[in-house]
Amino acid sequence: MTDEFNLSPIQLDALREIGNIGAGNSATALSQIINKRIDMNVPKVAFIPIEDVPDLVGGPDTIVVGIFLRVYGKAPSNILFLMPQHSAFYLVDALMGRPHGTTKALDEMDQSALMEIGNILSGAYLNAFFNFTHISMLPSIPALAMDMAGAILNVVLVQLGQMGDQAMVIETEFLAEEEGINGHFFLVPDPGSLGTLIKAVGVE
Amino acid sequence: MADLIKVGMADYKVGRSPSTLISYGLGSCIGVSLYDPQTKIGGLLHIMLPDSTQARASDNPAKFADTGIPLMLNDVLALGASKARLVAKLAGGAQMFAFANATDIMRVGNRNAEAVKQILRRNGIKVIAEDTGGNYGRTVQIDLQSGAYKVKTIDRGEKEI
Repeated sequence: MTDEFNLSPIQLDALREIGNIGAGNSATALSQIINKRIDMNVPKVAFIPIEDVPDLVGGPDTIVVGIFLRVYGKAPSNILFLMPQHSAFYLVDALMGRPHGTTKALDEMDQSALMEIGNILSGAYLNAFFNFTHISMLPSIPALAMDMAGAILNVVLVQLGQMGDQAMVIETEFLAEEEGINGHFFLVPDPGSLGTLIKAVGVE
Repeated sequence: MADLIKVGMADYKVGRSPSTLISYGLGSCIGVSLYDPQTKIGGLLHIMLPDSTQARASDNPAKFADTGIPLMLNDVLALGASKARLVAKLAGGAQMFAFANATDIMRVGNRNAEAVKQILRRNGIKVIAEDTGGNYGRTVQIDLQSGAYKVKTIDRGEKEI
């Protein structure tokens, strides 16, 4: 396990590049759906202590909407798309064609729409991954929760916690024009999957 | 002024009255508190997993129920608490996402709660209150002045156990 944490700068760059392409695909998909320009920042690829991960999204008690998908295939992973509550409401308004500011809570229809977004983003992301690595990865159906960031992140962190004290996260932030949406897209490979991904990138 | 001491994920803190120990945003994790009502000494532990023997070696014993509880127990005893008077309360252990084919790891909340109770029993410590399960996050805090253990949620209000 420990040797997996000693990635060379080139390997980290390669992972970042895959993250970049995946996130680019996802951003394009999202931008087409809501018909707004979406910017994203350069993905962060980092190993961070598990207990610090909630701070990436504003602290463990920040209210967020999380869409979770399990990824099956040769490099099993978890995908978690986290958005601050107001971003999720904004996105739902955009999807449902309602005036901005209408949504104050998520009904079943809104949740289903957001899960579909999770589906599309993950599909776009994993497709890019496949084109680059030829590792096919299939996402499960999405699940959604609106709750404290720490509680939602537990789902991915617990699994990593079993294998070590650090988490490798490929993280991208999406930003829509006019303050609207920002979200964090996490791809968290299972500890055993990291080697497979690195090998597939071809920079062992 | 009473201070508020933060307990991070996979961490624990001990202290005495009038401090309050708090841990934010527990999902499947459990917040285990120990409290001696006479000396008003106590501790709060935020565990992630039930069993260190089923995991790879970790530098952090506070991550697991089986290694974290004895560690916190030692520290509250060292501060002057009496083992015979110590009582425990616990909260957390949710399953945040409902999946039809949930893997074991997704049901870890349940296993965490069972492990915590078993280890406390083995150490002869009585569990006097519990708020576990469900599919929602919790922020927990114990007031070492009164021993009150507060559980805050987003949609289900706040309660004291």
